[in-house]
Amino acid sequence: MTTTFTLNGQPMTAAVPDDTPLLWVIRETAHLTGTKFGCGIGMCGACTVHIEGRATRSCITPVSLVDGAAITTIEGLSADNSHPLQKAWVACQVPQCGYCQSGQIMQAAAMLKDIPQPSDADIDGVMSGNLCRCMAYVRIRTAIKIAAVEMHGVVPPAAAASAAAATASAPEVAKHA
Amino acid sequence: MLDRLLRPAAAVGLSRRGFLIASASTGLVFAFTRDALGVDSPPAAVQSGDFEPTMWYQIDNAGIVTVNVIRAEMGQHVGTALARIVSDELEADWADVRIKHVDSDPKWGLMVTGGSWSVWQSFQALSQAGAAGRQALIAAGAKMLGADPAGCTAASGFVHAGAKSVSYGDIVKRGGLSVSYTADQLKTMPVKKPAERRQVGVDTQAIDIPDKTDGKAIYGLDSKVPGMVWAAPKIPPTRNGSTVVSVDESRAKGSPGYAGHLVLDDPSKTVPGWVLVFADSTYNAFKAASLVSVTWKSDDTAEVSEDDVVGFGARQIDSGEQGALVVDDDGVDAAFKGAAHTLEATYKTASVLHFQLEPLNALAFLKDGVWQIHTGNQWQSLALPVLAKALGVDEKNIVMVTYLLGGGFGRRLNGDYAVPAALASKALGKPVKVVFTRPDDAQFDSFRSPSIQKVRIAFDAADKVVAMDHAASAGWPTQVMIPAFLSKGKNGAPYDPFAISGADHWYTVGAQRVRALSNTLANRAFRPGWLRSVGPGWTNWAVESFIDEAAHSRQIDPVAFRLKLLDAAGRNAGNSPSTVGGAARQAAVVRRAAEKAGWGGTLPPDTGLGLATTFGQERDMPTWVACVAQVHVDRKTGFVKLQKLTLVVDAGTLVHPDGALAQIQGGALWGASMALHEGTRFAKGAVADTNLDSYTPLRMGDVPEMDIEFIASTEMPVGLGEPGTTVVGPAIGNAIFNAVGLRLRELPMRAADVLAGLKS
Repeated sequence: MTTTFTLNGQPMTAAVPDDTPLLWVIRETAHLTGTKFGCGIGMCGACTVHIEGRATRSCITPVSLVDGAAITTIEGLSADNSHPLQKAWVACQVPQCGYCQSGQIMQAAAMLKDIPQPSDADIDGVMSGNLCRCMAYVRIRTAIKIAAVEMHGVVPPAAAASAAAATASAPEVAKHA
Repeated sequence: MLDRLLRPAAAVGLSRRGFLIASASTGLVFAFTRDALGVDSPPAAVQSGDFEPTMWYQIDNAGIVTVNVIRAEMGQHVGTALARIVSDELEADWADVRIKHVDSDPKWGLMVTGGSWSVWQSFQALSQAGAAGRQALIAAGAKMLGADPAGCTAASGFVHAGAKSVSYGDIVKRGGLSVSYTADQLKTMPVKKPAERRQVGVDTQAIDIPDKTDGKAIYGLDSKVPGMVWAAPKIPPTRNGSTVVSVDESRAKGSPGYAGHLVLDDPSKTVPGWVLVFADSTYNAFKAASLVSVTWKSDDTAEVSEDDVVGFGARQIDSGEQGALVVDDDGVDAAFKGAAHTLEATYKTASVLHFQLEPLNALAFLKDGVWQIHTGNQWQSLALPVLAKALGVDEKNIVMVTYLLGGGFGRRLNGDYAVPAALASKALGKPVKVVFTRPDDAQFDSFRSPSIQKVRIAFDAADKVVAMDHAASAGWPTQVMIPAFLSKGKNGAPYDPFAISGADHWYTVGAQRVRALSNTLANRAFRPGWLRSVGPGWTNWAVESFIDEAAHSRQIDPVAFRLKLLDAAGRNAGNSPSTVGGAARQAAVVRRAAEKAGWGGTLPPDTGLGLATTFGQERDMPTWVACVAQVHVDRKTGFVKLQKLTLVVDAGTLVHPDGALAQIQGGALWGASMALHEGTRFAKGAVADTNLDSYTPLRMGDVPEMDIEFIASTEMPVGLGEPGTTVVGPAIGNAIFNAVGLRLRELPMRAADVLAGLKS
């Protein structure tokens, strides 16, 4: 009934039933509301957080499985909205309603660690798990490319899709389940 | 009543209103007044409220301009666009401008965010309000500078007289400014010529965006108040006509945080047959709700399915039921009788979910004798009377506090989801927050009704179009939710204008008839909703597929055929600031889109271009759009690959051009999604698909190449939220025909449909 982990660098103890999804612990125990509830079955990506750096759907991750792990949410991605993705998101005016964007940014941040210069096929492969109902996809793609350049230099994306890397960066739940 | 919506000034309650400028404790207030003749004492009016000033913006001692926004923010960056209109005319420094989304209050007039109306409705009034402020500030600044106002100018929050200048903040600080304008004076306020604009038409970063990139933005789901109880619904098997027989909570009793259940007694009849399950957190409420068993008794709608609804519509059309005649020219039947050639086709569209990403939710509580309803909502003026009936209180004792909307798309025009929270809070005497699971949200959606339409066209011997006849049957959201907003047909019969708009197109087709039929089975079996564009989602599918079919039937190029019909003659000439140019402007976007997309060129096998064109939402507010879709059809699998969308849009003046582009980008992909990826079926009283495992909107990997161009224009700004949407489906359908010769007449177009069509 008690799970201990770090949340955005802060130690956190949650005294909730083991099967409580991490999402609700983040939102209603830790009161960090940037992580959103969309579908509850891991298929929209609005609830995406990092568990030990891996993009993970918090709505289907029982809190007991993150015992001892380091969790990062959108609030912990940067202290002042300064992550290259956040800056690119503003520069490209990506969000419309904005509801999915925490998840989009967290997914993209994990991808850029695995695939520093993603091709369009990489972006399709990784980001297709995140639904944007306003369909701001064109701008999400552009912003990811701009952030990749800022983070990793001006190397044009490889023509070939690196499918293996894309798979490695896809949302992971099974690993923790 | 519809006129109230469609007349710009009247819509926001500003028709024949005066304007005043006066000091208040917070700085200088710029307000509309009910008194068209002006007021004697503006400061007294501001303080007493006797004259009901509606405070549109304020400037404080530091020169910060705060613009009140009555529209909901749901992704359209509406506050930014509206504030830019005021700020430009006011000559404010944009860096000093703030927006404030206000709570509901009768003084704001009609509070609705929909129909792509916001900028169109407010443009003139806000321009005049800004210009009035600029004039008054120049006069006051000139006095402070000892200069003649005629020789002074205003720019970036300063009044300049030669080398001397004074800031708006300093003018406000000095105080004493008091001006009253009559309605007539306001109307003649010298608003800027397009060439003088510094902010309207110039891109800026939307004010709402930064908070949407770091988790700070607060949506309805994030609302909270001390002492609140969480609730999850048990949704009855049918939208209407179900009653609770019994509730078995035995399995929920040991569930963590479970705090009981409530069978709702709803005087407003909004949520019949509802049970709420309470707990100490959202998840515990979900969990407990899954363990509570409810037995319902349902009426016959529990047996109604999509085919029944569509079949009902087909019988309405074929039986000759008159319905409402929206267009009723003389000589239609005679023209068909004497025609050299005729063509007829039937089109259908399936049910579509809103699937706004933030599931429905609402928080209700009583505070100091006033009911507080905290939620994201698009039509407070519609929800308030319903809430008042449900709570048994006067509307003035209810305030709606509008949060950011995690998607609107028309779902939150219908505020039915706030009613259970209010009823439960009243029953429990505590704040109650209701959160829907995704399947609950889908099951309770007021989704887009399925539709069926029959369209006929008549040609003379020279292939000139001499008549067109269009009949459409669908569920009518306006009839179900706000019948006072129904329009009257030429035959006096009421109709839902939003459910037929688009059929009254700008093509010159000789004698024309448009027959709108209310699918009363749909209206009874579910609650049909307004979904991004509403009627044009089906009418444009029929009109634009059919115009293509008609052209091909006479071996005429579909683009040339459209251009010939868009002759801007007679009623299609355009006759108001919003419609100036008429069909000639629609022809222009068609020509340009065809040119950009390489119409008439050669393409690889099984690849085709298809064009469609619409006027957006309404004849009174046309946004001229043309779209060319390029598709490749895989004959083996039926898979349609949408390769490219080319859109050309004439929306008049673009107040916030980048926001306009975002709306067309997203709207067009919505159109593609509804054409190829999503759509559900009504099955035995409820929608068949309730989550993303089977409801499959377009994803990143499905996005085609997109080329979007706006026609440069200084005409009246019109709508942008919806017009990009409905043009795409028929463009894709027409492209499939040009690729493989297959004509599809039902939305969505699934690979299986394509395959079956190719085989037959």
